[in-house]
Amino acid sequence: MKTLITRGIQAVMVAVLIGAATFAMMRSLPGDAAYRIAAGRYGYDNVNTAAADAVREELGLGGPALPAFLNWLGDLARLDFGTSLVTGNPVIAEIGHQLGASLALAAVAVLLSLLIGPPLGILAGLRPGGVLDRALLIVSTGLKAVPQFLMALILILVLSVQLKLLPAAGHGEARHFILPALALALGLAAVNARIARDAMARVGAMPYYAFAQWKGLSRRQTLMRHGLRNVSVPLLTYLGLQFVTLVEGVVVVEAVFGWPGIGHALVHAIFSRDVPMVQGTALVLGLSFVVINAVIDLVTQRIDPRRAA
Amino acid sequence: MTDAVAIPRPAGQAVRLAGATLVATVLAFALIGPMIVPGDPYAQSLMQALGAPDATAPLGHDHLGRSIFHRLAHALRLSPVIAIAAVLTAGGAGLVLGTLAAARGGWIDRILTILADALLALPGLLLVLIVLAIVPGTALGFWAGLSLVLWVEFFRLTRAATRDTLASPAVEASRLLGFGPVYVFRTHIWPEIAPMMLTAAAFGTATAIMAIAALGFVHVGMRAPTPELGLMMVELLPYWREAPLALLSPVVATFVLLLGLTLLAGSRET
Repeated sequence: MKTLITRGIQAVMVAVLIGAATFAMMRSLPGDAAYRIAAGRYGYDNVNTAAADAVREELGLGGPALPAFLNWLGDLARLDFGTSLVTGNPVIAEIGHQLGASLALAAVAVLLSLLIGPPLGILAGLRPGGVLDRALLIVSTGLKAVPQFLMALILILVLSVQLKLLPAAGHGEARHFILPALALALGLAAVNARIARDAMARVGAMPYYAFAQWKGLSRRQTLMRHGLRNVSVPLLTYLGLQFVTLVEGVVVVEAVFGWPGIGHALVHAIFSRDVPMVQGTALVLGLSFVVINAVIDLVTQRIDPRRAA
Repeated sequence: MTDAVAIPRPAGQAVRLAGATLVATVLAFALIGPMIVPGDPYAQSLMQALGAPDATAPLGHDHLGRSIFHRLAHALRLSPVIAIAAVLTAGGAGLVLGTLAAARGGWIDRILTILADALLALPGLLLVLIVLAIVPGTALGFWAGLSLVLWVEFFRLTRAATRDTLASPAVEASRLLGFGPVYVFRTHIWPEIAPMMLTAAAFGTATAIMAIAALGFVHVGMRAPTPELGLMMVELLPYWREAPLALLSPVVATFVLLLGLTLLAGSRET
């Protein structure tokens, strides 16, 4: 319960911070914000001074900053995100449209990283100091130093330009998933593998682990019954924290591969100073981090009841 | 960019030394390179577009005939300067606020922790992008945005370590002997957090350089004629077949710099 309250406070703070940041962005825009909002609301052909004045009056744009800011936060609290300044559609509709593509990409990337990283990490952790352990350390250190956009660039050059195996950009077919998901997954896997390895090495050195083998369980049974559950707790916790890295990666990788998702939309919204869109996408990204971590808190408490205490 | 407070393990000295050597090599190239072979990173000469390396341009020419050697050297000055400025600002702020939160506790501690937790939930690149849209001037915007992102890590490390140290018998003894807060900070707290600060600073610098390059690569960072690592890569990408060396030089330089910083930071689960 306490964890949920903490996460709730975190969620509210996230919303306020994003509200403040986008409000500052709105205020710093060149030109009269009232005209821009009026254009967004009524269409560019119907904007005149009266409409702009009405908007200014309603939102308190002409007045001092504080009432205007409270108004801005009030809109947020009522979940009124406004309309996109570029397309004129409600922000919610735009985001709903793009979120699916991003979620699909992120899910594939996380799955891929979980298939690559933790199995290798657990194998390495079973024999700390072994050949696999040392090789994994070198590879994962190297991979961690490659930013996601660089990974995307290398994958495009090697797999699609030189070997012509996969399309460099596009969306819709299953094979379009491979390159962007791989670009995200390799970086995540490098970290996953290290965490799984450390957790496994720690669990493997525990007295209860040795005892399980003494009482006659095979290596495989010991790992299944006493190893995996204990390894999964730090792994899940880090997965939740990695979500931020994942989102950053999604923003960059979507822009590189032209993936029609929320990150792509965010970069475009920033580019065209579409403040309501920036606010909406930022909120969705920030709040989903909080929600995912709240879920992970609950799940890890389920797996390891000692944490709930 | 952010993670739980993990107390760094002491890294192998050899690994740190290797990291420092890599970083020093790249920075030496950036600082001394243009002194040995003088040249202008902005001078165009379309006759030499994508030309092979020669005496005045040891790494060849880009698609506008500019010397890649000099553009790379300038890019390798720009990103580290912004990154180090941001890390220094963030480190200072994090250190002061973290110590304050740990020493005072109460409302100051609670408010700062809530603020840090909220910032932790936001992707760093997103914050940098928003700040870039507010602050005039790209370099200034990067500095402000990255400082805003990076202070959280320093704050959390400092706060966690300072709290433990302040509760120790050693500090209690110091206080009973009548030593003031400055003395306690200098002799008890600082030696405790200094090694962590180095690790966090190296990670922070790597994060900042990655962020600048990534935003440059997707055209929302530094603007066109400025030599910047990500921007150079995306400019040279279409000419990969004609001039692979031209694209490889910023790629390799970025990788070596980031690898060096990662090794310098030592092992830590990030």
